[in-house]
Amino acid sequence: MLEIRNLQAKAGDRQILNGIDLTVSPGEVHAIMGPNGSGKSTLAGALAGRDGIEVTGGSATFKGQDLLELEPEERAREGLFLAFQYPVEIPGVNNAYLLKAALNEVRKHRGQPELDAMDFMTLVRKRMSLLEMDDALLNRPVNDGFSGGEKKRNEIFQLAVLEPTLAILDETDSGLDIDALKTVAGGVNAMRSPERSMVVVTHYQRLLHYIVPDFVHVLARGRIVKSGGKELALELEEKGYGWLDAEPARPAVASGVSLHETSTA
Amino acid sequence: MPQIAIGADSYAAQFATLKGTAPAAGPLGSLRDDAFRCFDRLGFPTTRLEEWRFTNIAPIVDTPFQAAGAAAGSGREVVDALRPPRSGGPELVFVNGRFAPELSDASGLPPGVRVRSLAATADAEAGGLDALAPYLGRLARFERHAFTALNTAFLADGAVIEVDGGVLVDRPIHLLFASSSDAAPVLSQPRVLVVAGASSELRVVESHAGAGDVPYLSNAVTEVSVAENAVVDHYTVVREAPAAFHVGSLAVRIGRAGNFSSHAITAGGAIVRHEAGVVLGGEGGECTLNGLYLANGRQLVDNQTTIDHAMPHCDSHELYKGILDGRSRAVFNGKIIVRLDAQKTDAKQSNKALLLSEDAQITTKPQLEIFADDVKCTHGATVGQLDADAMFYLRSRALSEAQARQLLIHAFAADLLGHIKVEAIRRQLDALLLERLPMNGNG
Ligand SMILES: Nc1ncnc2c1ncn2[C@@H]1O[C@H](COP(=O)(O)OP(=O)(O)OP(=O)(O)O)[C@@H](O)[C@H]1O
Ligand SMILES: [Mg+2]
Repeated sequence: MLEIRNLQAKAGDRQILNGIDLTVSPGEVHAIMGPNGSGKSTLAGALAGRDGIEVTGGSATFKGQDLLELEPEERAREGLFLAFQYPVEIPGVNNAYLLKAALNEVRKHRGQPELDAMDFMTLVRKRMSLLEMDDALLNRPVNDGFSGGEKKRNEIFQLAVLEPTLAILDETDSGLDIDALKTVAGGVNAMRSPERSMVVVTHYQRLLHYIVPDFVHVLARGRIVKSGGKELALELEEKGYGWLDAEPARPAVASGVSLHETSTA
Repeated sequence: MPQIAIGADSYAAQFATLKGTAPAAGPLGSLRDDAFRCFDRLGFPTTRLEEWRFTNIAPIVDTPFQAAGAAAGSGREVVDALRPPRSGGPELVFVNGRFAPELSDASGLPPGVRVRSLAATADAEAGGLDALAPYLGRLARFERHAFTALNTAFLADGAVIEVDGGVLVDRPIHLLFASSSDAAPVLSQPRVLVVAGASSELRVVESHAGAGDVPYLSNAVTEVSVAENAVVDHYTVVREAPAAFHVGSLAVRIGRAGNFSSHAITAGGAIVRHEAGVVLGGEGGECTLNGLYLANGRQLVDNQTTIDHAMPHCDSHELYKGILDGRSRAVFNGKIIVRLDAQKTDAKQSNKALLLSEDAQITTKPQLEIFADDVKCTHGATVGQLDADAMFYLRSRALSEAQARQLLIHAFAADLLGHIKVEAIRRQLDALLLERLPMNGNG
């Protein structure tokens, strides 16, 4: 599904990613944790094709294609979805309008016919109830004046409507209260399937309690410095990131494979 | 007088011819004479005048325009192509400033409303224009305005809309001014007079459009009198041909507790200048000036507004927005005068420009002249580009770059579109906003 090899990238003038290796197979959920400023959002941005993040080395392939060659919209149409850490407010653009345009672009790319207004609303209603989303949000401008939690819920609602093959969730838990977290995590879990992979960026074990990952990676100073199973998240919660400074950077692939065996055993 | 160029001399000859062939008796005749004297004295404005500093009209001055004759130009096909969507209300069509009855339909008006051509009004009964004398040429002052003087000097036709006191006109009255030059560059001079009686309500839509590659000059003047408690909602949509020039002046006087709003949409023409001047001449009056200007290529679009708070307790709201692409240039000059007596004035002004290219330029200048002390006046101007974060957000949701741009540009204008009460105009604008944007095929 996703193969990242020795990925290096700059944000602005600063070198942020210093050689990331990560393999995500279909159906897997990977959690990425790490201190503030370690490069988690930069990695997510590089994968989604954000302007201003310049890949300076390495490679990333998605479903066998060179991901880095594609425009952001082509990545989205191929099935990559980024739930933003800071969803952008876009006054004047209607939320439902955007969603319908997005869905139809994705469907067109998959060779499916456009949805008519009725079918679209049926799908939207289903997904809204899955995420217990307030109807009113649908007809407001995108994220405009949404509360922090509403923005995050809206991101996952979009995910649920667009049904991507790879979802990257950048700190979806921040801003959600405990009930909202449960609901949103429930929504994410409902979207889990053998064909769909997820990369979940978070600081807290709290989220991983609900969205249980197959793997946990720690990103520090632009590298994955440790990888493990879901229990690694608990360890981090207890000890913080400081103890990792001593550990040498290790490529995630090798450890990922062995851990996968242990975690599914 | 150094500022009089060849252009002005050629108009003197034309004015003499006009006087010879179509002498106007009575007040109209002397109005024209006065106006021509003013034009002759003023000459065309140059960039040395403060209000014209950034708008060089040499291409207008240097083109030998011929005042449109009575039996003017284009037929039904040209007009049909230019005809904007309308909302079923009456529509008067003018070709090169002359009323075209065969293309017009003034039916369906409620009693107490008269929509006529100026020529017909003048002919109708002896002293047909007498009732209009307090307004015609009085609201749009020409003593210091060469283009208004030029329009008034050749005043022969136009639209006259009179609404009696207490009458509510539910459907918008559409006026289409179609212009085009055949062989030689034509001077088309649309003229509109709206007299809204006390407590009346009406909506007027002026469309200025044109065709052809030969330049023409559309020099339009609109006068609006809003009596006590009357409500007038006015739209100007300027979509002249690419080679054409448009200079328009809207002059409004609002009486006690009257309410006037203007929506000025300027989109087409090589040089487009739109002036809106409003006098709040009675207590409790309210005025809204909204504008949307779109420019591309090497277009120049210039908006000048003056709101004169002459009486206490009046509100004015002004919002102009521009979308500039290519090497286009825009000027916005917003003047607010608050007279000594105009206590409790509340005036808001805002101008926002969206620059879509590095070569587009906007010059914006608010001008506040406040003589009263108990007033609220705010103004602001912003210039920006499309928000890169919003662009990325939309593209990450599978929209093409072109679609994302389109959505954001439309969103920029959304609040102005929301104020437009004539559905047909809103749809026309939606289309206009989309049509001007580059489409990259795969969208
Ligand atoms: N355009 C830029 N120019 C310079 N530095 C940048 C730019 N964008 C991001 N950075 C820097 O890159 C580093 C990594 O940022 P990033 O947002 O990827 O961190 P993060 O791991 O997501 O942190 P957080 O947990 O706080 O969300 C930060 O130090 C940030 O300041
Ligand atoms: Mg981050």
